[in-house]
Parts: sequence; structure tokens; C-alpha cells
Amino acid sequence: MNQVPLIYEISSPGRCGVTMPQSDVPETEVPAELRRTKLGLPEVSQIDVVRHYLRLSQLNYSIDTGFYPLGSCTMKFNPKINEDAARLPGYAFTHPLQDPLTVQGNLAIMFHLQEWLKEIGGFAGVTLQPAAGAHGEFTGILIMRKYHLERGDTKRKVILIPDSAHGTNPASSAMSGFIVKQLPSDDRGNIDLNALRAACDDTVVGLMLTNPNTLGLFEEHLEEVVNLVHGCGGLMYGDGANLNALVGIARPGDLGFDVMHFNLHKTFSTPHGGGGPGSGPVGVSEELVDFLPGPIVAVTFPDGEDETPLYLFAEPKKSIGRVKSFNGNFGMLVRTYTYLRVHGPDGLQANSMYAVLNANYLRVKLNDKYPVPYDRICMHEFVCQGKFAGSDVRALDVSKRLMDYNFHPPTNYFPLIVPEALMIEPTETESKETLDQFIDAMRKIADEAVKEPELLHSAPHNTPIKRLDEVKAAKELVLCCMPRDFEEKALA
Amino acid sequence: MNFPTDLKYTKSDEWIRVKGSEAETGLTDYAQSHLSDIVYVELPEVGAEYQAGSPFGSIESVKAASDMNIPASGTITAVNEGLSDTPEVVNSDPYGQGWIIKFTLSDPKELAALMDAKAYEAYCNERG
Repeated sequence: MNQVPLIYEISSPGRCGVTMPQSDVPETEVPAELRRTKLGLPEVSQIDVVRHYLRLSQLNYSIDTGFYPLGSCTMKFNPKINEDAARLPGYAFTHPLQDPLTVQGNLAIMFHLQEWLKEIGGFAGVTLQPAAGAHGEFTGILIMRKYHLERGDTKRKVILIPDSAHGTNPASSAMSGFIVKQLPSDDRGNIDLNALRAACDDTVVGLMLTNPNTLGLFEEHLEEVVNLVHGCGGLMYGDGANLNALVGIARPGDLGFDVMHFNLHKTFSTPHGGGGPGSGPVGVSEELVDFLPGPIVAVTFPDGEDETPLYLFAEPKKSIGRVKSFNGNFGMLVRTYTYLRVHGPDGLQANSMYAVLNANYLRVKLNDKYPVPYDRICMHEFVCQGKFAGSDVRALDVSKRLMDYNFHPPTNYFPLIVPEALMIEPTETESKETLDQFIDAMRKIADEAVKEPELLHSAPHNTPIKRLDEVKAAKELVLCCMPRDFEEKALA
Repeated sequence: MNFPTDLKYTKSDEWIRVKGSEAETGLTDYAQSHLSDIVYVELPEVGAEYQAGSPFGSIESVKAASDMNIPASGTITAVNEGLSDTPEVVNSDPYGQGWIIKFTLSDPKELAALMDAKAYEAYCNERG
């Protein structure tokens, strides 16, 4: 195994990586009882640190190293110009407690981003506060709750959610104190309309719908779905995770959605997870703008319409209150602003079209080897199955084997309604050449699954760490930040 | 795949074994095989009451987490505490040591709505 030692294991007493600069602020005496004498930090030289982390980064797989078809995650390329913009001193070195008059550029970015997200989504208002998609869901559900309560309607307790939904939907609903009712899908992957009709009554807060759904399919009866939900007094929540299929093509607000979160780290090319914090702005219809979390950014023209605008914070009238400290993950807002400016309306529309084209190309090139249970024109992703006649190879084995071919595995075992699911989302990032290499690898793996199943059961073979024991990883939740013997010595 | 004939089955893949007004429930062989390695079972409180078809707990495998639904209305009298340490028993012996709850039936007439082994086997084959 190609193991890299822990940074604690290369620690040597007295070694030091940097020379601290002279303090340029007055010293303050910290009371002795608050001081620690031992910190337990590794003692390493600068070259040790550089080599250690460079080595780790070389073992990593990322969108910058290869194709990353992780369904439902929209792992598109994060353009480097976004990083340049976010690092401009005017953005990077400002503080959220500064007087708004000294950060007019930052507020302008936020204001224009609010406006553009309104235009892209077809909404009347947007908050930029939520720090992730699920946080956006939670915010949206609280807005829906407040809407019903403000009307004096206190008996609504049920949120309807299709069985193909992301797990965050029921979680956000439960966190907001509501009861989740699951709706089945029909044989074309749409919501079962009869089940929806039966569930729509005056206890319904709303329906949470991902469109296109997690099968990558556009809801064919959307108009009827919206009418049923609105007809019983409920609201339509849109899970914007799959918005990359629709930008510049259809606006969720026009389709009948009352609330939707945007995933800036998916659709709008800001980094995912460990690459940077997420960001999940929420757009709402006219009836809901007064309930948005505050503050939002507003503009005035104190010296007349043609003069310099003044950007200020404003509080929506019946706001649900803050959902995050300060102004959301501001760095992500700058990156999204940059992405929108670089592409413009036509470019954004083209990106969605290529994302859909790429997914359909992969689908038709793979569906003879990997059955697609809901096999119709898909949007930005599709779900096929990793199962093979006469072989005990499963989706998990296919995923592991893909690593040997230098591809990141697709999402597997989701959505739950497809057994042995492999959920593939190429995004617009990839060229036809890369897609063809992926198709080639997938087809070879399908043949191996029948001829050499053991090769797949024991995959991956070419990675620094071989097959992990997933049961052990899920059951024995032992985590430590430093080796035991180091801890004993360092903190003794 | 094993489908014992003395049990009744639900569409959400639970089995029920009835002795008088007492019942025992667990997950079917089909369900455990599709979930693969089970790593956690969330059990209900003894004394809790559930309506037929409502979730009484959840089960987590390396692949997915799912609700478990009670096949008939009743009050929990016992839960399989051993599953906290050895949830893998649901994989190895789903109809025996891997039982999940025992409960008293509040309306035995509900059992008529459940599938017998033959119907359940056909239902599983249909889904592949």
C-alpha cells in the first residue's frame, strides 16, 4: 500500500517551519489560567509540510484531474477566473461589519446577483444567505410555514415528497416540524398523479419536487401537479439541484414553483465540499417576498436616476429572520457573479443544452450494456443499472472498477427506486473525446463483469488504497486527529 | 431466495409471524439481500403504538437507509436489542435471530390484506 505517513509521524521536537513576524499590535496579557502550555501540534520544517501536502494532493482525484460523472452533484469545471475574481483585494480583504458605504462594490455584486438569479429562476425575490442546498431547503420550508401561519392557517402539517427525492427533502421538512408523506412514481418516472390527488387536502403545506427529477427526467404532468397542489392551498417547493438542465430554457417560477433553492456549487460552477463552502440562495414568488430572510441588498438613487446608485441592506417586512450570520458565503457569490458575467445569457443556455446533449449521448451509447429502467430522452443525467445476466457483479463493483480506468465513479444506489442504480451526470464540461473514453471503459467493464467477475469484486487494483471494508467503516466510528502515542507524549 | 410459507408479507418487504394475538416482524430475505451489508437498526420504544403501514424504525446498510413499516396495527411488546451490536444478523438469519419487533395485534382482521409466500415471491420476481 502506498501509505503517506501522518504529519504527526514526521514531527521532530524543536523543528520549525516559519519565523513569526514581529507583532504590529499592542500585546495583551492572557490570564495564566486560560493559557495552555502544551498544544500537541506537529513540529515540522517548511519543506516537510510542503512535501506532505503536495503528496496528499497528488493522491486526490478531482475535476481538475479527470472526468467526474457524479450524478445529482453537477461536478462541472470550476473556472480559474472565478478564483482570480474572488481573490481581488476589494473582495477578499473586506469585513462584513464594515460600514456599507465603504463596501459599495461588494453590495453591488450581491444586488446584481439577486437580480440575475431572479431572472434565471423566474422569481420575484432572492436571498443569498443560505450556506448550502439543504440549508436553502430549510429556509424555503420556513418561508412556506410562515406564509400559511400569516394567513391564520394552522392545520397544515404535511409535506408531500416523491419517492425519487433527495434525502435532504424529508430531512428539511422534519427539521421544520412537519410530517413527510411519500408519493410513489409511475412507470415513466413521473409522480403518480392518482396518489398525489388522494394526498392533496387542507393539511398540505406543499410539495417538494425536483425537476428534472433524480432519474434525470422532466416531470411530464408538471402543469397538473402544480394545479393539484395549488388547488388544495399548498405551495410548490422546487429542489434546484438539477437546475443545470434548465438554465435559459425554462424558468421554474414560470412553471409554477413558489420557492426554489439554487445550488451555486452545482449549476454556477463554484467549488464543492472540501473545495470551498457551498451556497444555496433561495428564490420566491411575489406572495412570498415579504417572508425572505433579512437583510437583502436594495438599491436607491439619492442623487437622481442617472447618478451613482447607493446599495444598502433592507429587511423584508415579515421576514422569517436571519438564517446565517453576515451575508452568506460571500466568496461564492463573487465566483457565481463572475461565471454569469463570463457566459452571458446565450452562454448559460448553451451550457445547459450541452449538459443535456452529453447525458443523452452517454445514455444511448450505454443502454444495451447497462439497462435504463425509465428509458426516454433524459435531461442532464440518467440512471442505469449495474447488473448483468449470469453474473453476481453489482453496481458497487462497477463503480470500484471505474477507478482502475482513472474515472471517478458515478453516484450509486441512488435514487432508491432503481435497484443497482448508477446515476451518471457528465455536465457540459466534457469533450466528446472524454465521453468516448468513458463509454469505452464502461463497455469493457460490462464485459469483464461476465467474463472475469472476480476482477470487479476485488477492484480497485490501481489506486493507492485498495478495496475498503465499507461495513467496518460504517460501524466502527473511530476517528482521531493524532496518533495515540504522539498524543500521550505531546500532551503529557 | 427464501420465502417461508408460515409467514405473511408486506409490499414494503417486511414479514409477520402470528401466534394468536401476538406477532413478530422482521425484514425479508429479499430486502436484506437488496440492502446488502446492514450496519445499523433503529428500534422503536416498547409500548409504542403504530397504525398498519406506518414506519416504526429504520435500517441502514452500506448502500441506503430505509424505513421499516409495521405490517398490522399494534403495540410494541419487545424489540431485538441484540441488533444494536450485531445488525448483520438481519443479513444472516432474517426470519429467525434477525427478528426486529414483537407486538400485540389490535385488529387481526388487517392480516387478510397481506400477501402469502407465493404472492410475495411473485411480487419479488416481478421487481427483479
